Amino acid sequence: MSVFGQSVTRLEDAPLVRGQGAFAADIDFPRQLHMRVVRAEMAHARLLSVDVAPALALPGVVAAWSAADVQGVPPIPFRATKVRGLEPYCQPILARDRVRYVGEPVAVIFAEDAAMAEDAADLVLVDLEELPALLDAAAPPGDFDGARDTEPTIVRKAYGDVDAAFREAAHVVALDLSIGRHSGVPMETRGAIARYDAAMDVLELHGTAKKQHWNRDEIARLLGRAPSSVHLFEGHVGGGFGVRGELYPEDLLVCLAALRLGRPVKWIEDRREHLVATNHSREQRHRIRAAVDAQGQILGIDNVFFHDQGGYIRTHGARVADMSAGLLLGPYRVPAYRVAGHFRLTNKTPAATYRSPGRFEGSFVRERLMDAIAARCGIDRLAVRQRNFVGVAEMPYARPLDALGTDVVLDSGDYALLLDKALARFGWDARQADVARRRAAGECVGLGLGFFVEKSGLGPSDGVRLTVDATGAVELVTGAASVGQGVETVLAQIAAAALGVEYRRVRVLHGRTDRIEFGSGAHASRVTVMSGSATHQAGLALAALAKATAAAMLQAPADSLTIEAGVVRRAEGAGGASVTLGEVARALAPGSALSRERATPGLTVESWFHSDHMTYPYGVQMAQVAIDRGTGTVKVEHYLCAYDVGRAVNPMLVEGQIVGGFAQGLGGALYEAFRYDERGQPLSTTFADYLMPTIAEMPPLDVLVTEDAPSPLNPIGVKGAGEGGTNAVGAAIASAVDDALGGRGLVTTLPITPRDVLRMLGT
Amino acid sequence: MKPAPFHWHAPTTLAEAAALLAEYAPQDGRVLAGGQSLLPAMALRIARPPHLVDINRVAGLDLLEVVDGVLRIGAVVRHAAFLREAAPGPLGALLAAVARHIAHWPIRQRGTFCGSLCHADPAAEWPLVAAVLDAVMVAHSLRGDRRIAAAAFQRGLLDTALEPDELLRAVELPLLAADARFGFEEVSRRAGDFAQAMALAVLRRGPDGRVTEARLGLGGVEPAPRRFPQAEAMLRGAIPDAALIDAAAHSVAQAAQPMEDEGYRRALTRTVVQRALLQACA
Amino acid sequence: MSEHAVTLRVNGIAHRLQLPARRSLADALRDGCGLTGTHLGCEHGVCGACTVLLDGVPVRACLMLAVQAEGAEIRTVEGLAQGATLHPLQQAFIDHHALQCGFCTPGFLMLAVAMLEEDPDMPEAEMVHRLSSNLCRCTGYANILKAVQAAAAAMAR
Repeated sequence: MSVFGQSVTRLEDAPLVRGQGAFAADIDFPRQLHMRVVRAEMAHARLLSVDVAPALALPGVVAAWSAADVQGVPPIPFRATKVRGLEPYCQPILARDRVRYVGEPVAVIFAEDAAMAEDAADLVLVDLEELPALLDAAAPPGDFDGARDTEPTIVRKAYGDVDAAFREAAHVVALDLSIGRHSGVPMETRGAIARYDAAMDVLELHGTAKKQHWNRDEIARLLGRAPSSVHLFEGHVGGGFGVRGELYPEDLLVCLAALRLGRPVKWIEDRREHLVATNHSREQRHRIRAAVDAQGQILGIDNVFFHDQGGYIRTHGARVADMSAGLLLGPYRVPAYRVAGHFRLTNKTPAATYRSPGRFEGSFVRERLMDAIAARCGIDRLAVRQRNFVGVAEMPYARPLDALGTDVVLDSGDYALLLDKALARFGWDARQADVARRRAAGECVGLGLGFFVEKSGLGPSDGVRLTVDATGAVELVTGAASVGQGVETVLAQIAAAALGVEYRRVRVLHGRTDRIEFGSGAHASRVTVMSGSATHQAGLALAALAKATAAAMLQAPADSLTIEAGVVRRAEGAGGASVTLGEVARALAPGSALSRERATPGLTVESWFHSDHMTYPYGVQMAQVAIDRGTGTVKVEHYLCAYDVGRAVNPMLVEGQIVGGFAQGLGGALYEAFRYDERGQPLSTTFADYLMPTIAEMPPLDVLVTEDAPSPLNPIGVKGAGEGGTNAVGAAIASAVDDALGGRGLVTTLPITPRDVLRMLGT
Repeated sequence: MKPAPFHWHAPTTLAEAAALLAEYAPQDGRVLAGGQSLLPAMALRIARPPHLVDINRVAGLDLLEVVDGVLRIGAVVRHAAFLREAAPGPLGALLAAVARHIAHWPIRQRGTFCGSLCHADPAAEWPLVAAVLDAVMVAHSLRGDRRIAAAAFQRGLLDTALEPDELLRAVELPLLAADARFGFEEVSRRAGDFAQAMALAVLRRGPDGRVTEARLGLGGVEPAPRRFPQAEAMLRGAIPDAALIDAAAHSVAQAAQPMEDEGYRRALTRTVVQRALLQACA
Repeated sequence: MSEHAVTLRVNGIAHRLQLPARRSLADALRDGCGLTGTHLGCEHGVCGACTVLLDGVPVRACLMLAVQAEGAEIRTVEGLAQGATLHPLQQAFIDHHALQCGFCTPGFLMLAVAMLEEDPDMPEAEMVHRLSSNLCRCTGYANILKAVQAAAAAMAR
């Protein structure tokens, strides 16, 4: 039986359960210095002066820099935006002239140990003249730098005749909806360890994640080096979720220091820093209107939203706002659409992507809208969705929209079928009856749902190199990265299935720029689709090469051979002559007769997979909640995540992604928020204030993974599984809480706090 | 996130500890007991004591014993000691019920009862217990022992009647009568978080069902936990029914002066008091 | 700042260290003993990634000074496996996909070891109560609970 599709245990786990992982803080080099960042303590201020002299006087301090010391280094660039003119809003590696959020790097200390560096950082004198803090992205824009305002761009998309749709509408439904500021918050904080090897003239950066090749190229460019003289290494990564592995000021600062100071430099972010320095996400306010006919059929949608970007524009440019605009419509047929996304800076931590970026927000907005349409038209919440679904016969369904630089073409899907399966699995009708009985007895309970379309497999290209060595061991080198999601296991399974070896024989190397020239890292649920497809192709190509070589060795036609468990033999019987893949590899060693027939020696192939379009998994989530009238506490009593992933390489890992993603969505729906006071001081700077769910907050959770709509866009039919668990949690829980409160459309804000619920209860 | 530098002193006798405190308290020296509040504050550099007098090795401070109808809790008795019944009768059950709400299991292995009282966080559980049960605090310094009534001990937010050179060597809790019934209710955002509101009720009732003794306290809402004599008086001599319980809860909610979020905290107050009383009457 | 000579007994082995008073037990285990399996996720006692056993009970190694651990028996994740044989909890975490990035895993393993050593028949509700001590950002906890239950069953056999 093929290992593709099997819930095998992970290759990654053995060192991790023994405490033998190599996370950033576990990496040490002899004579290393420790870096500490001095951060702005005001949200918005003129930076009058920075005096590092008192810090330099402390024993053990080797260097201390402010902006004046790093003037030649350009600001952090963009990797993902089509919008022009954003450059003036980029973040310098150390603040110049102004500080724009609490936590902005203002100076850095390099010292013999981490505690000493922190002692010294306390002594740096930063003279600030406070300016008014802008904290509401929906308020009129303010001044950015005297020449520009705080609205770098407006993301506009449109098709169809929206004005006509509203003229012809039987009903117009208008909502004002807000999503709170929260983020990935991985358990491992960021870390960066740089070392300059003068003997080889190579700059190394360790503790990296997500986007090694792009980061290598940019670090090389910003520091004036050849990319081939900069190597990035990925050890274990303690969670990514979008925020980790983007290029941040600290990455450049350790590299610069390693070059200038001639010693390795280690920086480990502390948790308080993390909560103000690493990318935030999500915060948006949408004013959305829908034109519908009397039966609840959507005629048009008009949306104006405000995206709170924080103090600077980071590597993603305007991408989250762009995705919010381009992917808002989800599974529904919308004849006319117009959106204006006001991309605005405020004096908070800069924002970027977090698991299901733009879609967690968009699903909340769209599904609140669908509930409101149902209420307005007096039809069932399920019926209004069924009525507006893009039909299976319409697939592939091209929307006249783009997102992430590609046209939105829904590649496959049977939305109505999944909804039916989910309703049955959840027991919607029985739960409805139960809810009615409990309400009659005085309880405050409700059901809700959110249907969504995810996106995954962002192209354009990914390549892998697959090699069998003389012992029969298989090495897969990929430019993908691992953030802990099981990349090694999944790629090993795909390679093993295509090649005909045991998956534990496949060693997967990732996140290393010294082993493969190109790579796209791990983001946008792309690895299984893109790297997985490349791996599949490579496995088939390597099997063909092995068979062709073995054919010569065994004096048998290649098409009569099979490969199983690393042994090539004739198909008709196990008893005949056979060779191992290791023997085949030896037969292809440089100089061997067989190798001379090929362009390159060795049992090795490199394969590339290209894709111009994303693939779109889809799902529905359903919630049953009960509200404590005395405290406003929302208890999620039961939850279903149904998700069609095309094909699951490892169902256990797919479920793991969904459950974990759900927990993060639950945080954003009910608990997590970065709060600020009226002067922009962050109030959520410890784990006692930023409330991530523990096991005690997790409801009974059911997961339904379906494979009804394999993607036609790749050879293995897969769609990404990483983000669907998170996508609709805010939508489904808001829907259920609103239902419990009488279905009056009161729930318009995430997270839903007990205080808000008590207010909505009218107590 | 490393603490600022400090000197660590580890006395082994009470006299030595008192002497060290006398010397270093004037220089902002602090007592280190369980460290589950102080050490995070130091890691965040909110607290920067230049000297720590670590009392974990002081002989005799780990005693937890009942003497003459009083449970005496030594300075380094951990929260976890109360998870199993540490005293006979209802007091042991009450302490065990409350201890399950204190932070999380590993924190309870280090954090101390007396340390919690000294830290005087309004959202902490033990100060409410001390206030409701009329605990007696035994402070020690080179001047000797000083006994302080619970009502006079916590003066406000993170503020107690302890002098800087005094060590809270023990707390005394009177045992509860065998017929005492208690109720404890707490609201927090997540499991193990600090309380947004909590109430502790202890009632005794006569053979006719009338309340003969009522203790009712609120924590997490005002700067310090306290009893509510007016609500207690409403209960005393009455047979508590739903209406009376609601009236008592309403009375506490009206009398309370929340530090923040006034309407919300009053609503929570009413709920926790009502539920604590219902438990105590069950 | 005072400096101290300390002997830490970790997984049965004595480590003689010279430490400043402010060095946490977690940092001493990592930097002084080279046992980097004990992770630091918050350094203020909330996340539980640094959970180790101190004389058999679970504590936050970030909320103890290393000097305070003198004389105690400390157990860390590195001490769980016996050579090639994993502890039943380690095996169960693998079998039930109870880890993804693996950063919180050592803390959860040590927490669970303490739980099952105290009460091998711990009811599920009590397990949830105890496991709520630590944070995981990847798994959503469901498989952690399954793994602990499976390990409890395996250890009972």
